[in-house]
Amino acid sequence: MSVLESKIPEGPIEKKWTKHKNEINLVNPANKRNIDIIVVGTGLAGGSAAATFAELGYNVKTFCYQDSPRRAHSIAAQGGINASKNYQGDGDSDYRLFYDTVKGGDYRSREANVYRLAEVSSNIIDQCVAQGVPFAREYGGLLDNRSFGGVLVSRTFYAKGQTGQQLLLGAYSAMNRQINRGKIQSFNRHEMMDLVLVDGKARGIIARDLVSGNIERHSAHAVVLASGGYGNVFYLSTNAMGSNVMAAWRAHKKGAFFANPCFTQIHPTCIPVSGDLQSKLTLMSESLRNDGRIWVPKHEKDAKAIREGKLKPTELAEEDRDYYLERRYPAFGNLVPRDVASRAAKERCDEGYGVNKTGQAVYLDFKAAIERYGKEKAFTSGHKNPSKEEIIKLGEQVVESKYGNLFEMYEKITDQNPYKTPMMIFPAVHYTMGGLWVDYNLMTTIPGCYAAGEANFSDHGANRLGASALMQGLADGYFVLPYTIGDYLADDIRTGTISTETEEFVTAEKEVKERIQRLFDAKGKNPVDYYHKKLGRIMWDKCGMSRNEKELREAMEEIKELREDFWKNVRITGKAETKNAELEKAGRVADFLELGELFAKDALERNESCGGHFREEYQTEDGEALRDDENFKFVSAWEYVGNPRDAKLHKEQLEFENIELKTRSYK
Amino acid sequence: MAGISKTSIARKVAMALSGLFLVLFLAQHFTINFTSVVSPSTFNEISHFMGTNFVVQAILQPILIAGVVFHFVMGFVLDVRNRKARGVKYNKFKGQANSPWVSRNMILSGSVVLAFLGLHFYDFWIPELIHKYVETNPDDPFRYYDETIAKFAGNPIRTGLYSISFVLLMLHLLHGFASSFQTMGVNNKYSSGIKIFTKAFAIVIPMGFVFIAIFHYFNNL
Amino acid sequence: MKLKLKVWRQEDAQDKGGFKNYDVDGIDGDMSFLEMLDVLNNNLVNEGIDPVEFDHDCREGICGSCSLQINGEPHGPDRRITTCQLHMRKFKDGDEIVIEPFRATAFPVIKDLVIDRSAFDRIQHAGGYISVNTSGNTQDANSIPIDKQDADDSFYAATCIGCGACVAACKNASAMLFTSAKVSQFALLPQGKIEAHERVLEMVHQMDKEGFGNCTNTGACEIECPKGISLENIARLNREYLSASVFS
Repeated sequence: MSVLESKIPEGPIEKKWTKHKNEINLVNPANKRNIDIIVVGTGLAGGSAAATFAELGYNVKTFCYQDSPRRAHSIAAQGGINASKNYQGDGDSDYRLFYDTVKGGDYRSREANVYRLAEVSSNIIDQCVAQGVPFAREYGGLLDNRSFGGVLVSRTFYAKGQTGQQLLLGAYSAMNRQINRGKIQSFNRHEMMDLVLVDGKARGIIARDLVSGNIERHSAHAVVLASGGYGNVFYLSTNAMGSNVMAAWRAHKKGAFFANPCFTQIHPTCIPVSGDLQSKLTLMSESLRNDGRIWVPKHEKDAKAIREGKLKPTELAEEDRDYYLERRYPAFGNLVPRDVASRAAKERCDEGYGVNKTGQAVYLDFKAAIERYGKEKAFTSGHKNPSKEEIIKLGEQVVESKYGNLFEMYEKITDQNPYKTPMMIFPAVHYTMGGLWVDYNLMTTIPGCYAAGEANFSDHGANRLGASALMQGLADGYFVLPYTIGDYLADDIRTGTISTETEEFVTAEKEVKERIQRLFDAKGKNPVDYYHKKLGRIMWDKCGMSRNEKELREAMEEIKELREDFWKNVRITGKAETKNAELEKAGRVADFLELGELFAKDALERNESCGGHFREEYQTEDGEALRDDENFKFVSAWEYVGNPRDAKLHKEQLEFENIELKTRSYK
Repeated sequence: MAGISKTSIARKVAMALSGLFLVLFLAQHFTINFTSVVSPSTFNEISHFMGTNFVVQAILQPILIAGVVFHFVMGFVLDVRNRKARGVKYNKFKGQANSPWVSRNMILSGSVVLAFLGLHFYDFWIPELIHKYVETNPDDPFRYYDETIAKFAGNPIRTGLYSISFVLLMLHLLHGFASSFQTMGVNNKYSSGIKIFTKAFAIVIPMGFVFIAIFHYFNNL
Repeated sequence: MKLKLKVWRQEDAQDKGGFKNYDVDGIDGDMSFLEMLDVLNNNLVNEGIDPVEFDHDCREGICGSCSLQINGEPHGPDRRITTCQLHMRKFKDGDEIVIEPFRATAFPVIKDLVIDRSAFDRIQHAGGYISVNTSGNTQDANSIPIDKQDADDSFYAATCIGCGACVAACKNASAMLFTSAKVSQFALLPQGKIEAHERVLEMVHQMDKEGFGNCTNTGACEIECPKGISLENIARLNREYLSASVFS
């Protein structure tokens, strides 16, 4: 028996959650008043969890590095949120959502967790509507849906291209209600610097007030980490500039296992990199693939001419274009899952068919959609014989009503009009499926320390389907944690307030201060960004969309050297006792420099290709991922023992009782 | 209703209502004045009525004065509060990029109108009071026209000051009249119509006053 | 291109602060405004000078962290974008750019260009929610059909990112556009109508308490709002407020 106890309840899959809820311990309302919970991160998972805990009666403290909980990066999610409502009557069900998610994740997720996710998904929509989230509606007043990659039904609820924003503001409003009641104390512009364990249990955190620089101790009976993913280890990603792994990594170093760090989602539709000083990549919603067609020139000479600016994409004849997704995957076409679409784009660009100055871009073309919608619109408005100009005009109007804000954003960034010339896109790091290992109750391997949302590893396996991140964040926060945390806290009703004067807190605070001092003491010559960019380069080149043993080994060495150099030669200006953005960045990059190495090690040890993890050594003849279920049907959970490279592997074998393992095919 | 008078919106609504009341008064005043251009006898008739009628003098006039005083005092109170809301000023503030000059300078146009009111009272209202209550002259229903004309005849400075003041009043109304509807929450399918009407009013009435002043000035050269 | 920057520097809330001039070179039109500041900061760190602090996070115009009064306008000269989406192609070689924090008594400066916008949070705490428990034991999402126009208007109001540009642009530093957007979002939905009166009274009360100025309908907020939140919302707020004052 491994040390990993997943605590999956017995019984048939559709009964597990109900049964579990019936059997776990509850805390009576009077006792909840005596129990404190810390929530780190106030995105969809953290915000919704904090609001619900407070509503149940617990005393909640939330922490976020932003100036307001409302700014957490969940806000940037564009496309939508899945739910198995089957409002469209197109054959959707809990099982189908469960099936799609497990298959989309390339069979590397835990069945029971995913089923629970599908089961509560409908409830999320009800909840959000009751909270006043203004989802898109049809003319009859009912909710509208759209379709996302990797599925055959329309189950995605949306609010234009700002679904994440609307859902986060919903969770934030639920928090506001509790803040107003005094049940949530919200510590904004605070960063968690370490986790404090007392008698082996998570009992508090050390946080830095980012304005005053004060190091503070905060105690609680349980700590929930909802601090998001670690995509910024790549430097350039669609994550927010401040997104970081500090909370999760600190917990990892205190004993929480880190699962599947190499499972990273590279999103296919992002605006390509334009220059060396770029700081951030911008996503163009996956929903665009509903109507946009992806292509590159069929002939290398045309691609070359386009790169040199001698040829315009609009001048290229239909037969000289290669709609490679439609060619390779006729069943799903442009709506294949993200990992597949990203790899296909990289393959074309590597072969020399890429466009843009850099050769690192493909086209996303709306011409066909504009014509199709234009004709439809002309027809329905009684215009039976429209001219080409009229069709295009009407079609552009329809496309604008669907994607207007995205097109506008594209134009602002690139200075090109996507109605007239195809968009250029390229894959970029977007989401990390890996994260802290959690059991069915979302508890990490540290008792009392929970992880929710992107910070845990649980539901998306090796690849996440579009519109599922919002679903998981809210499911964890609104509907899972509030039950499962009670089971643990039931033992704490007599504990009383946890003192922050104990040796454990004193030591943890001292360590945090020493670490900050060490950063200043380096007194080197290189700014923090210098290291972050270098790390990102290594990660992208050697641990990116495709990986091989040789490069992964190189990456581990290079990251280690870079980390050693960082601690010797980094230069932090200013003081620790004030607001200091350089110091904040340094602390985060220091953790990325450790995580990066574990990431590479994890990728190296997983000798198969699955989902977002593509090992060049393991592919089929036509270049598709070759999974190895016999040897790698497990979750890699890494235990920290000193150096990232020495981390100890624990395997949680995955059992598939309700889904037959198949080669994932979207052909 | 508790506390309504203490909030920013309530103050603004009070401002809008008093403004609208003054707009009504302005329309009425203009109508009467305009008769001086067409028919001196009608002008005298109405002026006499207004000057001697008990309801107008004892009830409406105090209400009007209260309205005027309230509008000005509240205007200054709001301005002080608004200035306090930005303790440290910008080094560079490009207001012209996002808002019309008239909307940003209501306090300026308002102050000019206030100064004008001082002049106007000095010219007409105070002499009127002296005439009626200090010197207690007997009723003379035919004096108004001549007295009015006398103020402008041969007085280019007064005529000029009146004209400039009314231009500022126009600017004040161009923003204020339409704005009062927004403040009272009117924003519906009639809004564009209201906008056109208020702009037209803001131009026609003050310009009408200017016309009357200039008319009498040139007519009596 | 080469630019002259005139940047507000202020050590902390107590410091008086003042402008400092910096030159930056090698700026490309495809860079965002914040990337230009990154270049400046990188130079400053190399010279051992404290870099300029400014708020930023998502850098895709949705989190509402970034602010900055650029040449006298919040989020700079371009429309419908935040500072992080402002690109340097909007400037010319040799331009002088004045960069100040958003100024309002209710938004005190924390450091350099970083301001404290927690006043917005407190307005939301006062009533920016529907009092429904998050247990999920509510009715089916489709049980109350909502007029599409109302749902859309509610959505447009809800797209406010809380950046504070409305306050920064307003000559009175008024927060009416922000408050009205939140009030409108809920006022337009059947779910939000139940608490509408109490909500608007509480939120306006808090808004006043924070020390924001009055709305004088200049319309600057709507023009400068990166999300184009409409002035109609302010009219709605006024209406909601009046009806709440009279009828409750």
